[in-house]
Amino acid sequence: MNLLLDLALVAWLVVLALHVARTGDDRNAIVAFIAFGLLLGLAWTRLGAVDVALTEAAIGGGITGLLLLRAEAHLRRGRPVGSTARQGKSVTTIVAALTSIAVALDLGFAVLAFPSPAPTLAPPALAAIDATGLGNPVTAVLLAYRALDTLLEKVVVLLALLGVWALTPDHLWGGAPELKEANPPQPLLYLARMLPPFGVLIAVYMVWVGADAPGGTFQAGSILAAMWLLVMLAGLSPAPETRSLMLRLLLVGGPALFFAIGFLGFAVAGGFLAYPEPLAKALIVGIEAALTVAIALALGLLVAGPANRAPAP
Amino acid sequence: MTSGIYDTATLFGLCGAALAGIGLFVVIAHPGLLRRLVGFNILGAGIFMVFGAVARRGAAAGLPGDPVPQAMVITGIVVAFSASALGVALLRRLFDLTGRESLEPPAAGETPRAES
Repeated sequence: MNLLLDLALVAWLVVLALHVARTGDDRNAIVAFIAFGLLLGLAWTRLGAVDVALTEAAIGGGITGLLLLRAEAHLRRGRPVGSTARQGKSVTTIVAALTSIAVALDLGFAVLAFPSPAPTLAPPALAAIDATGLGNPVTAVLLAYRALDTLLEKVVVLLALLGVWALTPDHLWGGAPELKEANPPQPLLYLARMLPPFGVLIAVYMVWVGADAPGGTFQAGSILAAMWLLVMLAGLSPAPETRSLMLRLLLVGGPALFFAIGFLGFAVAGGFLAYPEPLAKALIVGIEAALTVAIALALGLLVAGPANRAPAP
Repeated sequence: MTSGIYDTATLFGLCGAALAGIGLFVVIAHPGLLRRLVGFNILGAGIFMVFGAVARRGAAAGLPGDPVPQAMVITGIVVAFSASALGVALLRRLFDLTGRESLEPPAAGETPRAES
């Protein structure tokens, strides 16, 4: 029964990916990609990785899908009527197909040639988990054992946001991105009023429970970002101006707190990002809360894109 | 029990390999930049899935999988999203400035557009 489910999932994933490669229409491809992202979340639960499944469904399918759909709508509006998508040259296509098949086969052989018994870090990850006060080994890896990766990843997200903002035309610098459509449909307005309280509740729950069960910063941050985007898309609350000092402080706040606690580790626990043992859980939950806000803002602003409204005088 | 775990892991590992191939094909062969971004995400999803197979095979000590690769995939998904967002912003700016949505040389008769 489970094998049947796995086979069906794999077949759907491959078919949807092929559809993205084959279809002529971009919007069609993006809708297939969103379905792909959600099924991928299911596949991750089959691999026993519920934390990854939550992240994949929220970011991989949901927010990336929204980002791509908005880009497609923008291109469609600006495109001259009657222009058709150009096809790639057939020689390139054949060479690309051969290369891709070779890469896929190589990867497939690598999968079949995995060493047995498989190397694993699960026992050491569990052995030290009591010192962190956490119950979810994935959160322990993200915020204790490999906290440096998570810290640098936050910096990457901020750098990407900086890159997006840098594409603002000069005369709009410091203004706000405009997400609202001219006439938001009634169902969108209704959902934008109804869903955010529940979304915020779920996000807070996820940060808290992420210490001991699947959930955590990224998942909660992406849910908050989704709620914020919903409100901005419906026009209930305009996007903030990118020159706002408050906004910038909040964006930098999460990583800055992380850095501060990291350097504090030199003084009290003998190393960068080392936590003193009795305070470990409190510090980790504090970092998680600050990072969740920073992540939610950064993800939302990444989707919103560069400013396209001049700053108010 | 053990062989059952290995079967699931191998099946999804092979699926990941196929997805990476398909994504790579879209990135190389499709002229439209937006579609290439979708392909880039599928390529990433395939690689993450191979990594997920590694994590699943590392199931030990009562955990359903090795938490270290899982945590790295979570980090990877967020970074992939950031890269996509930057790519989309670059594409929109390119389109606003020139009216082009691919990097192919413009066909004869197409004139670059002024910034609106």
